[in-house]
Amino acid sequence: MSVLEVENLEVYYETEEGPVQAVDDVSFSLEEGENLGIVGESGCGKTTLAKAIIGILPDAGYVNRGQIRFDGDDLTEMTDAQRRRLKWEEISMIAQSAMNSLDPVYTIREQITEAIEAHRPGTGRVESTEIVTEMFELVGLDPDRADDYPHQFSGGMRQRAMIAMALALEPSLVLADEPTTALDVIMQDQILKRVNRIQEEINSSMLVITHDVSVVAETCDRVLVMYAGKVAEEGPVEEIFNQPYHPYTIGLKRAFPNIRMPDQDLLSIRGYPPELVDPPEGCRFAERCPMATNRCYEEEPEAHHINGLRSYCHYADKIDEELRPRADDAETWKQTEAARAQTQTQQPGMGDD
Amino acid sequence: MSFGRDDVLLRVENLEKHFEVDEGWIASLLQSVSGGEPDYVHAVDGVSFEVRRGETLGLAGESGCGKTTTGMSLVKLHEPTGGDISYNDKRLSEVDKAGMAEFRQNAQMIFQDPFESLNPRMTVYDTVAEPLRIHDIRNETARVQRALEFAELLPAEQYYDQYPHELSGGQRQRVAIARALVLDPDFIVADEPVSMLDVSLRAGVLALLERMTEEFGLSVVYISHDLSLLRHMCDRLAIMYMGKIVEKGPTDRVIENPQHPYTQALINAVPVPEPDIGRERVELQGEVGDVIDVPSGCRFKDRCPEYIGDVCDGAIPPLERKSDIEGEREHEREVACHLYESAEGHDPYAEVDGDGTAAEAGAGGDAERASADD
Repeated sequence: MSVLEVENLEVYYETEEGPVQAVDDVSFSLEEGENLGIVGESGCGKTTLAKAIIGILPDAGYVNRGQIRFDGDDLTEMTDAQRRRLKWEEISMIAQSAMNSLDPVYTIREQITEAIEAHRPGTGRVESTEIVTEMFELVGLDPDRADDYPHQFSGGMRQRAMIAMALALEPSLVLADEPTTALDVIMQDQILKRVNRIQEEINSSMLVITHDVSVVAETCDRVLVMYAGKVAEEGPVEEIFNQPYHPYTIGLKRAFPNIRMPDQDLLSIRGYPPELVDPPEGCRFAERCPMATNRCYEEEPEAHHINGLRSYCHYADKIDEELRPRADDAETWKQTEAARAQTQTQQPGMGDD
Repeated sequence: MSFGRDDVLLRVENLEKHFEVDEGWIASLLQSVSGGEPDYVHAVDGVSFEVRRGETLGLAGESGCGKTTTGMSLVKLHEPTGGDISYNDKRLSEVDKAGMAEFRQNAQMIFQDPFESLNPRMTVYDTVAEPLRIHDIRNETARVQRALEFAELLPAEQYYDQYPHELSGGQRQRVAIARALVLDPDFIVADEPVSMLDVSLRAGVLALLERMTEEFGLSVVYISHDLSLLRHMCDRLAIMYMGKIVEKGPTDRVIENPQHPYTQALINAVPVPEPDIGRERVELQGEVGDVIDVPSGCRFKDRCPEYIGDVCDGAIPPLERKSDIEGEREHEREVACHLYESAEGHDPYAEVDGDGTAAEAGAGGDAERASADD
């Protein structure tokens, strides 16, 4: 059964220039015990999506349309009080910056205990102490240090305390927003391993939001690639990273060096994402896609279902034989606008047929 | 391949940089009364390496390992506490004012955060022209234009009157690169040059840095915690831990066949975007130790999965060539670990023997050494 179903979700921010369409028609579902990674660059809407799910959108943000169903109930219809009851107990969040998420004037124990007692009234001191000790051991912290204040912890310890807190009530859904971005590689590796282990134990589902495709490749079952507020591609991790069916995924995966493949050329995606106050017609990636045709600029792509994944590229069906060889070549991505226009006329096969 | 003295641009010898711990005026007052010694952070604690002409060297390690302090000392943004840096075989501690001016002209730095490293009140033109004015170099406009064009800020004139806040992160970092290049330097220290940039923009800036190294024949020292990036950009790597270099050598050798237990752990922890590639995952215990009250012997011993006893506690492992690591180009690799046999005749067990408290352990070490010799 699906723990979380997001359907045609639109989240807008009110600005002076008009609404910014930060999340635009995004749909996906998350099964029990499954990990879904949401990747994309800054401004693609991934954090907005997470905030909408947990219900902490800033004042200017609102859900314009669509549903977020948790265990069948629509979160967007709930009152604040109803949502508050779900927090920690059912849905919890591991934020990027642990220093800003922990209260500096309370000890770590007080903060975890407060969350436990708020949701499980009648929990005794002895029992909550046991939970804190157990959680600290799970994340690899010394339980004797639970009475320390956040500033007495190092960055890695704070992040682990944050994780202990997020998992203390064994929620069925954990949202992790860049959970390890601020950490060194060794600490990142340890924390990811521990989170996965605990998760298996309490059988929770997790939404991992990150810009780092490697983190997703190592921790998730499925991945959703977002670009400019929309889904570019979605499917099982193996399929998406081995055989992507969207040029943006190819570019994103190869935009940064891979320690195991030193000879691989880097792909440099030219330009910047579009403004979302007035998003372009057609495919949102068209302007930066070296293989875009006139059709890409004019017509919005529909979902193509291939190999168990869905790709929102007009030419997803032709990716294997025509686009991927070109997209894998770093030279393709270096093309200037002029050269691109020329290629378009030279390849009528890629036109609107 | 061997490098003669002429190939060496910078030689760093036993560099040390310690920072006094600021405990507030009451503590320092009490200290001055009681005559106590202040505490020091041993940020960099005896680091030696050389930078050859036209090569790219990577300094890697976790936060707090001293890599940034080392980099800043290289361009004289820090005055070293001990040791020395030689530039073109001239010791920087001995050069006169003119010599130092020449050095400063040839040593440039690119910082991590282009949002903080550019003066928000200076236009792009002034930012790039400032070093020329300081060093009194003529032909300002032509040089600024050329530097901006090289950094792919085209057309250059369009950027002259813009302020940093009008530019994107990628463009700002390109301005910082243009500013570093405008003086035609010999070498550049680049501290995490792309870590603040969005993923899709990183490849473009990295390509620019690569082109810069090739076209100008520059030596570049890259400082990063990201081994994937360093593997892509660097000829040689030096891995740092708690203010010391633990392993140094050709990038391919260090990444593919790491020898120091810390290097092994560090490389194992790097995630890869290939779901099929399984990694051998060794879990390292604890966290980076205290660089104020530095432990005796090897600094990695408390977390080391290969800890072999008193020699690790008693003797500081020197960074040296080892005789029992086999493979191509191994003569270029140096490791600071007692697991391997010194190729330079250094005997750490003798050091432990000399210390009365560890005499017993020394005997054990002797036995082990004897069996290893067989």
